[in-house]
Amino acid sequence: MDDVAIIGVGQSVFARKCGVSVKELCFDAYREAMDGLDLTNRDIDASITCSAPEYDKQRTPSGLISEYLELTPKPAFYVESVCSSSTTGLRVAWSLIKSGLHKVVAVVGFQKMSELSSREAAERMGRGADIMWESPFGITMPSGYAMFAQAHMAEYGTTEEQLALVRVKNAGYGAKNPKATYRKELTLEDVMASAVIATPLKLYDACANADGSSCIIVASADVARNVCKIPIWIAGLGAATDTMTMSGRKSVTGLSCAQHAARQAYEMAGLGPADIDVAEVHDCFTISELLAYEDLGFARPGEGVKLIEEKQTYADGKMPVNVDGGLLSKGHPIGATGGSQVRTIVRQLREEATEAQVKDAEIGLVHNIGGVGQYGNVVILRR
Amino acid sequence: MGFENFGTVSFTAESKAEDFLSYLEQGKVMTTRCKKCGTSYFPPKMDCPACLDSEMEWFEIKGDGKLVTYTVVHYGPSGFEDEAPYTLGIGDFEGGLRVFGRISKDVNESDIKAGMGIKVVPVKLPGDKIAYEFKKA
Repeated sequence: MDDVAIIGVGQSVFARKCGVSVKELCFDAYREAMDGLDLTNRDIDASITCSAPEYDKQRTPSGLISEYLELTPKPAFYVESVCSSSTTGLRVAWSLIKSGLHKVVAVVGFQKMSELSSREAAERMGRGADIMWESPFGITMPSGYAMFAQAHMAEYGTTEEQLALVRVKNAGYGAKNPKATYRKELTLEDVMASAVIATPLKLYDACANADGSSCIIVASADVARNVCKIPIWIAGLGAATDTMTMSGRKSVTGLSCAQHAARQAYEMAGLGPADIDVAEVHDCFTISELLAYEDLGFARPGEGVKLIEEKQTYADGKMPVNVDGGLLSKGHPIGATGGSQVRTIVRQLREEATEAQVKDAEIGLVHNIGGVGQYGNVVILRR
Repeated sequence: MGFENFGTVSFTAESKAEDFLSYLEQGKVMTTRCKKCGTSYFPPKMDCPACLDSEMEWFEIKGDGKLVTYTVVHYGPSGFEDEAPYTLGIGDFEGGLRVFGRISKDVNESDIKAGMGIKVVPVKLPGDKIAYEFKKA
């Protein structure tokens, strides 16, 4: 389907502390996304701002971003699905263009997590679950994914070393990514020796909070063909949810929302897992990348470990995954993450990747998850 | 007793489900089912979205269950710093009820494994708080 395209992508440097205001942070991503396009801010018909509001000091940031980028009087609004906010924004942008309402839409994702003290951030993290039934027990993001890891180990014999291999791979690519928070290679021993956060997950099994922004410029086909050299087409979109509560989950060895979203995206694109040349998956923890291999159909349930053990998910393997370093290296500025994943795939399909270019990549996939699998978005892009 | 007394840190004061706490005080872990369609819920719902009905009945989660998965949390969020390490788990009980909660400190970490037999019982917490926890069956 050649009707809606991504014409520009950008992101700021992701860092533990960015040292600038939210609007200035967003400008970095916007500038990179607009760079080289034959259009200006006056040509943008609407903007969608994406973040997780509990981390923002600024109320209603869409108005602020719209003013700073000089997008007024065009419509601006806010979209949220925690960690998957900016691919939800992309989904909305697609519908606005597909419907004929708009021709060019900017999706701006951001999070400045350093605006809060770590104590304030920890308090908010505890409320990312059902606050009535599950937060009072002290559930956290790592503990949610840790329960999936433990279940995967019990069901399939997955080991902590196999999980650590995911971090070793992603740290290797992260070391080459100038926009990543962590640009350092790690060994299996480094990962295994890091402090336990929630068994079986350790510090290096986890991504870090970060400041960062991302921007995706989406356009209709007629505009896209005229204003950019290589439009990247949105071939498939999938979105699904699962319960907020852990007790509501039917499966604890895979994310049902990701499985549903993948099915929808493959069906819409008329493609299957074997057609994907390069993928960005939501590796907020090492176990999350392993679950993604299986939920996306790159491996059968329980067999995802083979892909990492045989290095099939390295850039020169059969199914390259997170060859920009992933969330594990880049850091995870919640609202910006999905846009950063989309940026990496667009650059791969344009053969502009600097960390590791996958040879002849024509079809790419983005898997972006909100919470511990409460929200799941899968996007398939094509050159 | 209002919902602010549930668990270590509660964020909810008002709920139609506050009888849950009175039942805990009486030594029972209860949940609800819709009187009209018979669907049972955990955590308890006081409204059935399928029937658009709010006629629910409480029943006790009894008998032995099975631990599905667990994790020992070493870094707790704000308000839980002094409690870490603590163990969270998910258990399956009769009638297809899946329950999330803490595993009792009485259970040795080395004894905890997926598939172990558990029961769910009320537990009193410091400061007049109350919750439930999993114990070895």
